[in-house]
Amino acid sequence: MTDAAAKTKIMVISARSLRRARVEKRFYIYCISAVFIAIAFLVFLLSSIALNGYTSIVQTHLRLDIVYDEAVFEHNGSRSEDFLMRSDYNALIRKSLMTKFPNVEGRKDLRRLFALVSEKARFKLRSAVEENPDLIGSTGSIWVPVSGDVDMLMKGYMRRDVPEDARRLDNQQISWIDLLTSENLIEKKFNTAFFTNADSRSPEIAGIWGAVVGSFYTMIVTLLFAFPIGLMTGIYLQEFATKNRWARLVEININNLAAVPSIVFGLLGLAAFLNFGGLPRSAPLVGGMTLALMTLPTIIIATRASLLSIPPSIREAARGVGASETQVMLHHVLPPAIPGILTGTIIGMARALGETAPLLMIGMVAFIADVPQSITDPSTALPVQIFLWADSPERSFVERTAAATLVLLVFLITMNGLAIYLRKRFERRW
Amino acid sequence: MGTMAQQIDKKKQDTLDARLVRKPISTSSPSAAANEESPLPTGAEAVAATPKMSTRKLNVFYDDKQALINVDLDIRKNKVTALIGPSGCGKSTFLRCLNRMNDTIEGCRVTGKVTLDGQDIYEKSLDVVELRAEIGMVFQKPNPFPKSIYENVAYGPRIHGLAKNRAELDEIVMTSLERAGLLKEVQDRLQEPGTSLSGGQQQRLCIARAIAVSPEVILMDEPCSSLDPIATARIEELMDELRRKYTIVIVTHAMQQAARVSQYTAFFHLGEVVEVGDTATIFTSPKDERTQGYITGRFG
Repeated sequence: MTDAAAKTKIMVISARSLRRARVEKRFYIYCISAVFIAIAFLVFLLSSIALNGYTSIVQTHLRLDIVYDEAVFEHNGSRSEDFLMRSDYNALIRKSLMTKFPNVEGRKDLRRLFALVSEKARFKLRSAVEENPDLIGSTGSIWVPVSGDVDMLMKGYMRRDVPEDARRLDNQQISWIDLLTSENLIEKKFNTAFFTNADSRSPEIAGIWGAVVGSFYTMIVTLLFAFPIGLMTGIYLQEFATKNRWARLVEININNLAAVPSIVFGLLGLAAFLNFGGLPRSAPLVGGMTLALMTLPTIIIATRASLLSIPPSIREAARGVGASETQVMLHHVLPPAIPGILTGTIIGMARALGETAPLLMIGMVAFIADVPQSITDPSTALPVQIFLWADSPERSFVERTAAATLVLLVFLITMNGLAIYLRKRFERRW
Repeated sequence: MGTMAQQIDKKKQDTLDARLVRKPISTSSPSAAANEESPLPTGAEAVAATPKMSTRKLNVFYDDKQALINVDLDIRKNKVTALIGPSGCGKSTFLRCLNRMNDTIEGCRVTGKVTLDGQDIYEKSLDVVELRAEIGMVFQKPNPFPKSIYENVAYGPRIHGLAKNRAELDEIVMTSLERAGLLKEVQDRLQEPGTSLSGGQQQRLCIARAIAVSPEVILMDEPCSSLDPIATARIEELMDELRRKYTIVIVTHAMQQAARVSQYTAFFHLGEVVEVGDTATIFTSPKDERTQGYITGRFG
């Protein structure tokens, strides 16, 4: 090669490598921007939920001085068996408010005054009396939740500068509230009700506990159905089934099932378990079974993938010392595959936990004000609760929707974290 | 370039010759033992002797491709039989027929007869699990179970119920490790994972695992191909000791190794057994041109 030729060659190569460097740099920038855009979306989503929801941590309460008048607890001069249940606690609250604001008169004005306190505040009084029957006949002060509108005002969601007729609280109500605030009778307290109550029509006492328990029962049922069936199916298909046309057909169908829209599983659950099987409507049992159908393909695929990842040399080694095919599977292939199977199962369960559509189809969308006691009780589930609250007109439900979403996200992140931990902890190098 | 290859060939041949010459000096050496016996007759004529294992008209197909063609071979008792030949010639396939490891391969079909002590091992009534307790196997890549050293060796005896109690099992494990020449190195750390050992130790652990079920025959599929020369030398010494108790069949790519460890050698080519005989004869005066070509390094 002559010097001139060598020089030309170097020039061609260096021009080309410059161009290549530019292209590679551009590609790198595309990748980085994609990552940043994804992160930005995630941050926006999470922060908007968190900002909407964090105020649910506290709930505005009003201190009332209550005279536990014996007359309220007695009918015709004596207490009936279930007097605690039947007594008119609202009368006590009304009386207390009237004592506080003696100037307020007239049905209309009084009703506006009474509207400051949650209409479910009577339950608070009842449980106080149930706890301590000696209160009857005495006087005491108690913190009761205020109505959702007052709560919104105190949390700053209701603005005072909008015209009076565009507000849910009029000027006089606000002046009462300001008076109570100035006397330190209104305070924000930790919102235990949100974490211990079931759903309610009154946002100020609506909680997620009913939905959490419902979701828990549903997940238990899902796990009990989906895990054993999925595991066994996966093992059979991967280890024992002869790879013929039929096995391939089953495999393709299972992969397709994993991509079927979840509402279709809901329809299946409705048709098979409710209409044909006659199982109770709205129950975690049916919800769990329906979600199990949806989770099955995920578990089967995870099981097969984990079994497949065990190196064939281990199987050969076991066969070589005379282990039967079942022994090879149970002693050498399954144990190291278990973490992978569990990871897949947890991820499938996390998806089931966040699933709403199938539950709507089988009636778990009903309004349930009680915490379910068993898997056959009517119940709702966390994502459905979010759906229900998001659908409610009251402003107070907005923050509760966001708070419930946060709770659901915490559960999901915990489950996925557990899956990652399992994978890291038991990961084996061959 | 050509001259260089010839030089290498010559060097190879020289070392080979040196080995073969050196071997008969020691009386316990395999070649010496082989020399005392009549050479193994080739092909079907071998019926007269009473071999440990033998194959007759063995054909193996992977789907439509034929991997072995009418293989007739005898495996002599307490001898090391080496199977040599170029890649893809069917020697591993043949080895895996001897303990029916090919059963698990999809699309693999075996015809013909394989006998162990005269019994057909492809008979329907025969339990393949029992067969593999009689014919152990050591693989190309050391593949200890991801369990402790003890468990690796104890697994076989345990599933076959060879030990009545813990003490007997301990005894089997110790003896097997001892025979595999590994006991001294691992006796203080039997509970450590088998995968923590070095490559050569792992392979000896695999040998210990194979002999723990007291097989009659041990099949070795290129057992030293992933080991360094020192570990290889240890395994080769081990084979020489093991053949007193067991019959060994070894597949190897290293012709020096075949020459060092075996008494009989079979040369495979394109699915057929080209030549079989005692190792010294095969390596010094092969009858077939292809054998000659292969062992002198002209092809393969």
